Amino acid sequence: MISRKSVEIWVGVFVAAGLFALGVLAFRVGNLTTADVVDGYQVEARFENIGSLKVKSPVTVAGVRIGRVAQISFDSDTYQARVVMNLDGRYKNLPTDTGASILTSGLLGEQYIELEPGGAEEYLKNGSRIKVTQSAMVLEKLVGRVMTTLIDRPAENNKKK
Amino acid sequence: MNALQALGAMVVNAMERLGRAALFLYEVVSGAWVLVPRFYLVIQQVFAVGVLTLLIILVSGLFVGMVLGLQGHNTLVKFGAEDSLGLLVALSLVRELGPVVTALLFAGRAGSALTAEIGLMKATEQLAGMEMMAVNPVTRVIAPRFIAGVIAMPLLAAMFSAIGVMGGEIVGVNLLGVDSGAFWSQMQNGVDFHDDILNGVIKSVVFGVVVTGIAVFEGYDAVPTSEGVSRATNRTVVYSSLAVLGLDFILTALMLGET
Repeated sequence: MISRKSVEIWVGVFVAAGLFALGVLAFRVGNLTTADVVDGYQVEARFENIGSLKVKSPVTVAGVRIGRVAQISFDSDTYQARVVMNLDGRYKNLPTDTGASILTSGLLGEQYIELEPGGAEEYLKNGSRIKVTQSAMVLEKLVGRVMTTLIDRPAENNKKK
Repeated sequence: MNALQALGAMVVNAMERLGRAALFLYEVVSGAWVLVPRFYLVIQQVFAVGVLTLLIILVSGLFVGMVLGLQGHNTLVKFGAEDSLGLLVALSLVRELGPVVTALLFAGRAGSALTAEIGLMKATEQLAGMEMMAVNPVTRVIAPRFIAGVIAMPLLAAMFSAIGVMGGEIVGVNLLGVDSGAFWSQMQNGVDFHDDILNGVIKSVVFGVVVTGIAVFEGYDAVPTSEGVSRATNRTVVYSSLAVLGLDFILTALMLGET
């Protein structure tokens, strides 16, 4: 029979190791350290097509993540997608004519929003709207456009003759 | 007619056992407050079911992680996506393999021991002896074991996942040459604290309740002979493994459904 003291020590070690493992999972494996957006502000943008953008997709400026997509909805009046972004409060000086485009990281990677700061004097505030937007590239549309140009071109050449 | 009767008897028996198990677990949980001033009883059982199970959990976690690293790399490299190896290893472990494999090992290592111990206590009339001394065996013997199992299971599952990720890193980064930065950053981008890690913890708590519950009930309900105890031990392992796998499907469906 082991003494009470050593049983307690072992159990203490066991519980501490278990909690440590949970901590490792939360902070090293999970995303708890990149604890999001400190006192953020929300900015809205409208896109013709958002591709496969999702809630929680990253929002970056110059490749650095400064926020996440907070909400995606469909506006049935303009037939556009309305995307609300939650931006980090530390980066408040984005000009009002900042442009937003939906890009893809890698060949098959996830889609994200890249903001390109403009030159206006005033800054984006909570609730303001980004007016210059560029939709996501949809592969099928892109292929379709290439195909039509390839087919049209010989036809034009024939006309010229 | 006889076959029908046998089928009916089987269903009635199964339902009756299920009902008894539910009442028994209710008795265990509702009497557990008695343990507050006697917490050492629980600590002793955490030692028995947790600390002594630690080695097998750590070794299997390490090897499961290493195998995941090898297999995952082998497939991902075909798509040129071996940078996602960390994500693959971490998600598989945290969401599925950690809780499930830990629960299966736990049923085999700790559950069977619990059943055999309690069954033998019953067979040698130790439980009846306690009752003679006006000590309720359910709160004195069963409740500490049940609570210890529920405490130990999530901790073991967390250690399994953590060491599995390390195993995946050893194979992926050190052996197969995946970039260490990509390994960790893809993992951290893809693994969500709430959706993945917390749901894994919830799973392992549920499995802890189910496996330990089955183990203590089978022990307490065993026919008090040597054959009865061996059958009860057998049933513990079979039932709890089946319950874990079945519940895992239901829990996964619920967790994926809510998003």
